[in-house]
Amino acid sequence: MKIKQLVLDPIVKDNPIALQILGICSALAVTVQLKNVFVMCAAVTLVVAFANMGVSLIRNHVPSSIRIIVQMTIIASLVIVAEQFLKAFVFDQWKTMAVYVGLIITNCIVMGRTEAFGMKNGPIESFFDGIGNGLGYSFILIVVGFFRELFGSGKLFGMTVFELTKDGGWYQANGLMLLPPSAFIIIGVIIWLIRTYDPSQVEESN
Amino acid sequence: MVEHYVSLIVKAIFIENLALSFFLGMCTFLAVSKKVSTALGLGVAVIVVQMITIPTNNLLYTYFLKAGALSWAGYPDVDLSFLGLISYIGVIAAMVQILEMTLDKFFPSLYNTLGIFLPLITVNCAILGGSLFMVERDYNFGESVAYGFGSGIGWAFAIAILAGIREKMDYSDVPAGLRGLGITFMTCGLLAIVFMSFAGISL
Repeated sequence: MKIKQLVLDPIVKDNPIALQILGICSALAVTVQLKNVFVMCAAVTLVVAFANMGVSLIRNHVPSSIRIIVQMTIIASLVIVAEQFLKAFVFDQWKTMAVYVGLIITNCIVMGRTEAFGMKNGPIESFFDGIGNGLGYSFILIVVGFFRELFGSGKLFGMTVFELTKDGGWYQANGLMLLPPSAFIIIGVIIWLIRTYDPSQVEESN
Repeated sequence: MVEHYVSLIVKAIFIENLALSFFLGMCTFLAVSKKVSTALGLGVAVIVVQMITIPTNNLLYTYFLKAGALSWAGYPDVDLSFLGLISYIGVIAAMVQILEMTLDKFFPSLYNTLGIFLPLITVNCAILGGSLFMVERDYNFGESVAYGFGSGIGWAFAIAILAGIREKMDYSDVPAGLRGLGITFMTCGLLAIVFMSFAGISL
Protein backbone atom coordinates (compact mmCIF):
# COMPACT_ATOMS: atom_id res chain seq x y z
CA MET A 1 0.00 0.00 0.00
CA LYS A 2 1.15 3.48 -0.74
CA ILE A 3 2.18 5.69 2.12
CA LYS A 4 0.01 8.55 0.90
CA GLN A 5 -2.99 6.28 0.99
CA LEU A 6 -2.08 5.07 4.47
CA VAL A 7 -1.96 8.61 5.76
CA LEU A 8 -4.97 10.05 3.95
CA ASP A 9 -7.47 7.18 4.01
CA PRO A 10 -8.27 7.25 7.73
CA ILE A 11 -9.23 10.92 7.61
CA VAL A 12 -12.63 10.57 5.91
CA LYS A 13 -12.84 7.21 4.19
CA ASP A 14 -11.91 5.00 7.12
CA ASN A 15 -12.12 7.34 10.06
CA PRO A 16 -11.23 5.69 13.38
CA ILE A 17 -13.98 7.46 15.31
CA ALA A 18 -16.75 7.69 12.74
CA LEU A 19 -16.38 4.24 11.20
CA GLN A 20 -14.16 1.97 13.28
CA ILE A 21 -15.67 3.02 16.66
CA LEU A 22 -12.23 3.46 18.19
CA GLY A 23 -11.00 6.04 20.66
CA ILE A 24 -14.25 7.73 21.51
CA CYS A 25 -13.84 8.40 25.23
CA SER A 26 -11.26 11.11 24.92
CA ALA A 27 -12.96 12.54 21.84
CA LEU A 28 -15.84 13.53 24.04
CA ALA A 29 -14.07 14.53 27.18
CA VAL A 30 -11.28 16.89 26.11
CA THR A 31 -13.10 18.88 23.44
CA VAL A 32 -14.35 21.84 25.48
CA GLN A 33 -11.31 23.93 24.52
CA LEU A 34 -9.34 23.83 21.28
CA LYS A 35 -6.06 24.22 23.15
CA ASN A 36 -6.58 20.94 24.96
CA VAL A 37 -7.71 19.33 21.73
CA PHE A 38 -4.41 20.10 20.03
CA VAL A 39 -2.32 18.81 22.92
CA MET A 40 -4.36 15.63 23.06
CA CYS A 41 -4.23 15.08 19.29
CA ALA A 42 -0.48 15.50 19.19
CA ALA A 43 -0.05 13.06 22.05
CA VAL A 44 -2.37 10.45 20.56
CA THR A 45 -0.94 10.71 17.04
CA LEU A 46 2.63 10.26 18.24
CA VAL A 47 1.74 7.41 20.57
CA VAL A 48 -0.19 5.54 17.86
CA ALA A 49 2.56 6.03 15.31
CA PHE A 50 5.40 4.89 17.54
CA ALA A 51 3.44 2.09 19.21
CA ASN A 52 2.46 0.77 15.81
CA MET A 53 6.07 0.92 14.65
CA GLY A 54 7.36 -0.69 17.84
CA VAL A 55 4.89 -3.54 17.70
CA SER A 56 5.63 -4.06 14.04
CA LEU A 57 9.37 -4.27 14.69
CA ILE A 58 9.02 -7.16 17.12
CA ARG A 59 5.99 -8.81 15.57
CA ASN A 60 7.91 -11.86 14.38
CA HIS A 61 9.46 -12.57 17.77
CA VAL A 62 6.36 -12.47 19.98
CA PRO A 63 4.26 -15.59 20.55
CA SER A 64 0.64 -14.75 19.88
CA SER A 65 -0.55 -15.92 23.32
CA ILE A 66 1.23 -13.06 25.09
CA ARG A 67 1.03 -10.43 22.38
CA ILE A 68 -1.65 -8.38 24.13
CA ILE A 69 0.47 -7.86 27.20
CA VAL A 70 3.54 -7.09 25.10
CA GLN A 71 1.58 -4.48 23.16
CA MET A 72 0.27 -3.06 26.42
CA THR A 73 3.79 -2.67 27.76
CA ILE A 74 4.98 -0.83 24.67
CA ILE A 75 1.93 1.43 24.66
CA ALA A 76 2.09 2.12 28.38
CA SER A 77 5.77 3.08 28.21
CA LEU A 78 5.08 5.50 25.35
CA VAL A 79 2.15 7.02 27.21
CA ILE A 80 4.26 7.51 30.32
CA VAL A 81 6.82 9.37 28.21
CA ALA A 82 4.06 11.52 26.70
CA GLU A 83 2.55 12.19 30.11
CA GLN A 84 5.82 13.20 31.73
CA PHE A 85 6.58 15.40 28.74
CA LEU A 86 3.23 17.21 28.94
CA LYS A 87 3.60 17.57 32.70
CA ALA A 88 6.97 19.22 32.18
CA PHE A 89 6.12 21.58 29.30
CA VAL A 90 2.39 22.33 29.28
CA PHE A 91 1.48 21.85 32.91
CA ASP A 92 -1.80 23.81 32.76
CA GLN A 93 -3.25 21.67 30.01
CA TRP A 94 -1.93 18.54 31.62
CA LYS A 95 -3.77 19.42 34.82
CA THR A 96 -7.14 19.91 33.13
CA MET A 97 -6.98 16.59 31.28
CA ALA A 98 -4.77 14.52 33.58
CA VAL A 99 -6.83 11.33 33.65
CA TYR A 100 -7.45 11.34 29.92
CA VAL A 101 -3.76 11.47 29.05
CA GLY A 102 -3.25 8.31 31.08
CA LEU A 103 -6.23 6.81 29.36
CA ILE A 104 -4.46 6.95 25.99
CA ILE A 105 -3.17 3.53 27.08
CA THR A 106 -6.60 2.04 26.81
CA ASN A 107 -7.60 4.29 23.95
CA CYS A 108 -8.76 1.64 21.56
CA ILE A 109 -7.24 3.46 18.58
CA VAL A 110 -3.77 2.51 19.76
CA MET A 111 -4.61 -1.07 20.65
CA GLY A 112 -6.85 -1.47 17.61
CA ARG A 113 -4.23 -0.29 15.14
CA THR A 114 -1.34 -2.26 16.65
CA GLU A 115 -3.50 -5.37 16.61
CA ALA A 116 -5.03 -4.85 13.18
CA PHE A 117 -2.13 -3.27 11.31
CA GLY A 118 1.15 -3.32 13.26
CA MET A 119 1.07 -7.08 13.80
CA LYS A 120 0.78 -7.70 10.06
CA ASN A 121 2.85 -5.03 8.31
CA GLY A 122 6.35 -3.64 8.22
CA PRO A 123 7.54 -0.90 10.57
CA ILE A 124 7.51 1.96 8.04
CA GLU A 125 3.99 1.30 6.82
CA SER A 126 2.88 0.86 10.41
CA PHE A 127 4.36 4.19 11.41
CA PHE A 128 2.45 5.99 8.66
CA ASP A 129 -0.72 4.06 9.37
CA GLY A 130 -0.40 5.34 12.94
CA ILE A 131 0.08 8.91 11.74
CA GLY A 132 -2.94 8.59 9.43
CA ASN A 133 -5.22 7.27 12.12
CA GLY A 134 -3.97 9.89 14.52
CA LEU A 135 -4.89 12.53 11.95
CA GLY A 136 -8.33 11.00 11.41
CA TYR A 137 -8.87 11.16 15.15
CA SER A 138 -7.57 14.73 15.27
CA PHE A 139 -9.89 15.77 12.43
CA ILE A 140 -13.01 14.78 14.39
CA LEU A 141 -11.69 16.22 17.64
CA ILE A 142 -10.81 19.55 16.08
CA VAL A 143 -14.22 19.92 14.45
CA VAL A 144 -15.98 19.06 17.69
CA GLY A 145 -13.69 21.30 19.72
CA PHE A 146 -14.16 24.18 17.30
CA PHE A 147 -17.95 24.16 17.60
CA ARG A 148 -17.98 23.53 21.33
CA GLU A 149 -15.60 26.35 22.15
CA LEU A 150 -17.07 28.81 19.64
CA PHE A 151 -20.71 28.35 20.60
CA GLY A 152 -20.12 27.41 24.22
CA SER A 153 -17.93 30.29 25.26
CA GLY A 154 -17.67 32.50 22.16
CA LYS A 155 -13.93 31.94 21.93
CA LEU A 156 -11.34 30.16 19.82
CA PHE A 157 -8.05 29.18 21.43
CA GLY A 158 -9.10 31.33 24.39
CA MET A 159 -9.46 34.47 22.26
CA THR A 160 -12.85 36.13 22.06
CA VAL A 161 -14.63 35.80 18.73
CA PHE A 162 -18.21 36.41 19.78
CA GLU A 163 -18.59 39.08 22.45
CA LEU A 164 -20.67 37.52 25.24
CA THR A 165 -23.75 39.28 26.60
CA LYS A 166 -22.36 39.11 30.09
CA ASP A 167 -19.39 41.22 28.93
CA GLY A 168 -21.69 43.65 27.14
CA GLY A 169 -21.59 41.94 23.71
CA TRP A 170 -24.35 40.41 21.62
CA TYR A 171 -23.76 36.67 21.90
CA GLN A 172 -25.69 34.63 24.44
CA ALA A 173 -23.45 31.66 25.26
CA ASN A 174 -24.97 28.26 24.61
CA GLY A 175 -24.42 26.46 27.90
CA LEU A 176 -25.24 23.05 26.44
CA MET A 177 -22.11 23.20 24.29
CA LEU A 178 -19.93 23.28 27.39
CA LEU A 179 -21.60 20.18 28.74
CA PRO A 180 -20.54 16.67 27.74
CA PRO A 181 -23.74 15.59 25.92
CA SER A 182 -23.19 18.17 23.17
CA ALA A 183 -20.11 16.25 22.02
CA PHE A 184 -22.19 13.14 21.37
CA ILE A 185 -24.64 15.09 19.28
CA ILE A 186 -21.95 16.90 17.28
CA ILE A 187 -20.18 13.61 16.54
CA GLY A 188 -23.52 12.13 15.53
CA VAL A 189 -23.99 14.95 13.04
CA ILE A 190 -20.42 14.57 11.72
CA ILE A 191 -21.06 10.86 11.13
CA TRP A 192 -24.26 11.75 9.33
CA LEU A 193 -22.42 14.19 7.05
CA ILE A 194 -19.55 11.78 6.33
CA ARG A 195 -21.97 9.01 5.45
CA THR A 196 -24.05 11.25 3.25
CA TYR A 197 -20.85 12.18 1.41
CA ASP A 198 -19.76 8.56 1.19
CA PRO A 199 -22.86 6.31 1.16
CA SER A 200 -20.79 3.11 1.15
CA GLN A 201 -20.34 3.58 4.91
CA VAL A 202 -24.07 3.44 5.63
CA GLU A 203 -25.00 0.49 7.83
CA GLU A 204 -27.58 -2.07 6.77
CA SER A 205 -30.83 -1.94 8.69
CA ASN A 206 -31.87 -5.25 10.15
CA MET B 1 -19.86 5.62 58.58
CA VAL B 2 -22.17 3.36 56.59
CA GLU B 3 -23.85 6.49 55.30
CA HIS B 4 -20.55 7.67 53.88
CA TYR B 5 -20.12 4.48 51.87
CA VAL B 6 -23.72 4.44 50.69
CA SER B 7 -23.47 8.00 49.47
CA LEU B 8 -20.21 7.14 47.71
CA ILE B 9 -21.90 4.26 45.91
CA VAL B 10 -24.96 6.28 44.92
CA LYS B 11 -22.70 9.06 43.68
CA ALA B 12 -20.67 6.63 41.59
CA ILE B 13 -23.79 5.13 40.04
CA PHE B 14 -25.81 8.20 39.19
CA ILE B 15 -23.98 11.49 39.57
CA GLU B 16 -20.54 10.44 38.41
CA ASN B 17 -21.61 7.68 36.06
CA LEU B 18 -18.45 6.47 34.31
CA ALA B 19 -20.11 5.97 30.95
CA LEU B 20 -22.44 8.93 30.72
CA SER B 21 -20.68 11.69 32.63
CA PHE B 22 -17.03 10.78 32.09
CA PHE B 23 -17.36 8.93 28.77
CA LEU B 24 -15.24 6.01 29.82
CA GLY B 25 -15.51 2.64 28.16
CA MET B 26 -17.28 4.31 25.25
CA CYS B 27 -15.93 2.04 22.52
CA THR B 28 -17.35 -1.12 24.04
CA PHE B 29 -20.35 0.88 25.21
CA LEU B 30 -21.26 1.70 21.63
CA ALA B 31 -20.07 -1.50 20.00
CA VAL B 32 -21.57 -4.13 22.33
CA SER B 33 -24.94 -2.51 23.05
CA LYS B 34 -26.98 -4.00 20.25
CA LYS B 35 -28.70 -6.60 22.43
CA VAL B 36 -29.80 -6.39 26.06
CA SER B 37 -28.58 -9.90 26.93
CA THR B 38 -25.01 -9.36 25.74
CA ALA B 39 -24.97 -5.89 27.28
CA LEU B 40 -25.95 -7.35 30.64
CA GLY B 41 -23.25 -10.02 30.38
CA LEU B 42 -20.62 -7.38 29.75
CA GLY B 43 -22.07 -5.24 32.54
CA VAL B 44 -21.71 -8.04 35.08
CA ALA B 45 -18.14 -8.69 33.95
CA VAL B 46 -17.31 -5.00 34.41
CA ILE B 47 -18.79 -4.94 37.92
CA VAL B 48 -16.74 -7.97 38.98
CA VAL B 49 -13.49 -6.67 37.47
CA GLN B 50 -13.98 -3.18 38.93
CA MET B 51 -14.54 -4.61 42.41
CA ILE B 52 -11.30 -6.56 42.20
CA THR B 53 -8.97 -4.18 40.38
CA ILE B 54 -9.76 -0.90 42.11
CA PRO B 55 -9.04 -2.16 45.65
CA THR B 56 -5.94 -4.03 44.39
CA ASN B 57 -4.62 -0.92 42.71
CA ASN B 58 -5.44 1.00 45.86
CA LEU B 59 -3.20 -1.31 47.92
CA LEU B 60 -0.49 -1.09 45.27
CA TYR B 61 -0.64 2.70 45.31
CA THR B 62 -0.69 3.04 49.10
CA TYR B 63 2.12 0.59 49.83
CA PHE B 64 4.40 0.86 46.82
CA LEU B 65 3.89 3.82 44.53
CA LYS B 66 2.84 6.86 46.58
CA ALA B 67 5.54 9.34 47.61
CA GLY B 68 6.96 7.94 50.86
CA ALA B 69 4.96 4.73 50.53
CA LEU B 70 8.07 2.58 50.62
CA SER B 71 9.05 3.77 54.08
CA TRP B 72 8.05 0.36 55.47
CA ALA B 73 10.92 -1.10 53.46
CA GLY B 74 13.38 1.54 54.59
CA TYR B 75 13.21 3.91 51.59
CA PRO B 76 11.19 6.91 52.80
CA ASP B 77 12.37 9.25 50.00
CA VAL B 78 11.38 7.14 47.03
CA ASP B 79 8.47 8.33 44.87
CA LEU B 80 7.43 5.79 42.28
CA SER B 81 4.13 7.42 41.32
CA PHE B 82 5.32 7.90 37.71
CA LEU B 83 5.14 4.12 37.36
CA GLY B 84 1.43 4.28 38.16
CA LEU B 85 -0.02 3.79 34.69
CA ILE B 86 2.06 0.80 33.75
CA SER B 87 1.45 -0.92 37.10
CA TYR B 88 -2.30 -0.37 37.03
CA ILE B 89 -2.66 -1.72 33.53
CA GLY B 90 -0.45 -4.65 34.52
CA VAL B 91 -2.68 -5.38 37.51
CA ILE B 92 -5.77 -5.10 35.36
CA ALA B 93 -4.43 -7.43 32.68
CA ALA B 94 -3.26 -9.93 35.29
CA MET B 95 -6.53 -9.80 37.24
CA VAL B 96 -8.61 -10.30 34.13
CA GLN B 97 -6.45 -13.29 33.20
CA ILE B 98 -6.75 -14.80 36.69
CA LEU B 99 -10.48 -14.17 36.77
CA GLU B 100 -10.82 -15.86 33.42
CA MET B 101 -8.96 -18.94 34.59
CA THR B 102 -10.84 -19.13 37.89
CA LEU B 103 -14.21 -18.83 36.20
CA ASP B 104 -13.23 -21.40 33.63
CA LYS B 105 -12.30 -23.86 36.39
CA PHE B 106 -15.01 -23.30 38.98
CA PHE B 107 -17.96 -21.61 37.25
CA PRO B 108 -17.91 -22.85 33.66
CA SER B 109 -21.49 -21.74 32.99
CA LEU B 110 -20.72 -18.13 33.96
CA TYR B 111 -17.49 -18.36 31.98
CA ASN B 112 -19.39 -19.38 28.88
CA THR B 113 -21.89 -16.55 29.26
CA LEU B 114 -19.19 -13.92 29.62
CA GLY B 115 -17.16 -15.47 26.82
CA ILE B 116 -15.15 -12.97 24.84
CA PHE B 117 -16.11 -10.05 27.04
CA LEU B 118 -13.59 -10.88 29.71
CA PRO B 119 -10.43 -10.34 27.64
CA LEU B 120 -12.09 -7.30 26.06
CA ILE B 121 -12.32 -5.71 29.47
CA THR B 122 -8.55 -5.25 29.71
CA VAL B 123 -8.78 -2.47 27.17
CA ASN B 124 -11.99 -0.99 28.52
CA CYS B 125 -11.04 2.46 29.70
CA ALA B 126 -13.74 2.42 32.37
CA ILE B 127 -11.58 -0.03 34.32
CA LEU B 128 -8.35 1.94 34.10
CA GLY B 129 -10.31 5.18 34.53
CA GLY B 130 -11.82 3.86 37.76
CA SER B 131 -8.35 3.18 39.13
CA LEU B 132 -7.06 6.59 38.07
CA PHE B 133 -10.02 8.37 39.68
CA MET B 134 -9.44 6.35 42.83
CA VAL B 135 -5.85 7.61 42.96
CA GLU B 136 -6.81 11.17 42.09
CA ARG B 137 -9.44 11.33 44.83
CA ASP B 138 -7.25 9.66 47.43
CA TYR B 139 -9.73 6.98 48.48
CA ASN B 140 -8.74 4.65 51.32
CA PHE B 141 -9.17 0.90 51.00
CA GLY B 142 -12.80 0.72 52.18
CA GLU B 143 -13.80 3.62 49.98
CA SER B 144 -12.11 2.08 46.98
CA VAL B 145 -14.14 -1.13 47.41
CA ALA B 146 -17.34 0.92 47.54
CA TYR B 147 -16.26 3.02 44.58
CA GLY B 148 -15.39 -0.06 42.53
CA PHE B 149 -18.80 -1.54 43.22
CA GLY B 150 -20.68 1.69 42.51
CA SER B 151 -18.84 2.60 39.35
CA GLY B 152 -19.22 -0.92 37.96
CA ILE B 153 -22.97 -0.91 38.64
CA GLY B 154 -23.27 2.53 37.08
CA TRP B 155 -21.56 1.43 33.89
CA ALA B 156 -23.62 -1.77 33.65
CA PHE B 157 -26.78 0.24 34.26
CA ALA B 158 -25.94 2.68 31.48
CA ILE B 159 -25.13 0.01 28.88
CA ALA B 160 -28.30 -1.92 29.76
CA ILE B 161 -30.42 1.20 29.20
CA LEU B 162 -28.72 1.96 25.90
CA ALA B 163 -29.12 -1.62 24.69
CA GLY B 164 -32.82 -1.53 25.57
CA ILE B 165 -33.30 1.65 23.59
CA ARG B 166 -31.38 0.28 20.62
CA GLU B 167 -33.45 -2.88 20.55
CA LYS B 168 -36.61 -0.80 20.34
CA MET B 169 -35.02 1.49 17.76
CA ASP B 170 -34.67 -1.40 15.31
CA TYR B 171 -38.30 -0.78 14.46
CA SER B 172 -37.96 2.90 13.71
CA ASP B 173 -37.18 4.50 10.41
CA VAL B 174 -33.82 6.22 10.79
CA PRO B 175 -32.32 8.34 7.95
CA ALA B 176 -29.79 6.29 5.99
CA GLY B 177 -26.67 8.22 7.01
CA LEU B 178 -27.56 8.10 10.68
CA ARG B 179 -28.40 4.41 10.81
CA GLY B 180 -26.41 2.45 13.36
CA LEU B 181 -23.58 4.43 14.86
CA GLY B 182 -24.87 7.95 14.19
CA ILE B 183 -28.21 7.59 15.88
CA THR B 184 -26.57 5.71 18.73
CA PHE B 185 -24.34 8.70 19.37
CA MET B 186 -27.35 10.99 19.52
CA THR B 187 -29.20 8.60 21.83
CA CYS B 188 -26.18 8.62 24.11
CA GLY B 189 -26.22 12.41 24.06
CA LEU B 190 -29.84 12.45 25.19
CA LEU B 191 -29.12 9.81 27.84
CA ALA B 192 -26.21 11.87 29.10
CA ILE B 193 -28.49 14.90 29.40
CA VAL B 194 -30.89 12.77 31.44
CA PHE B 195 -28.08 11.66 33.71
CA MET B 196 -26.96 15.24 34.17
CA SER B 197 -30.17 15.95 35.99
CA PHE B 198 -28.85 13.74 38.79
CA ALA B 199 -26.02 16.20 39.26
CA GLY B 200 -28.31 18.44 41.28
CA ILE B 201 -28.54 15.85 44.04
CA SER B 202 -26.20 16.73 46.86
CA LEU B 203 -25.05 13.90 49.08
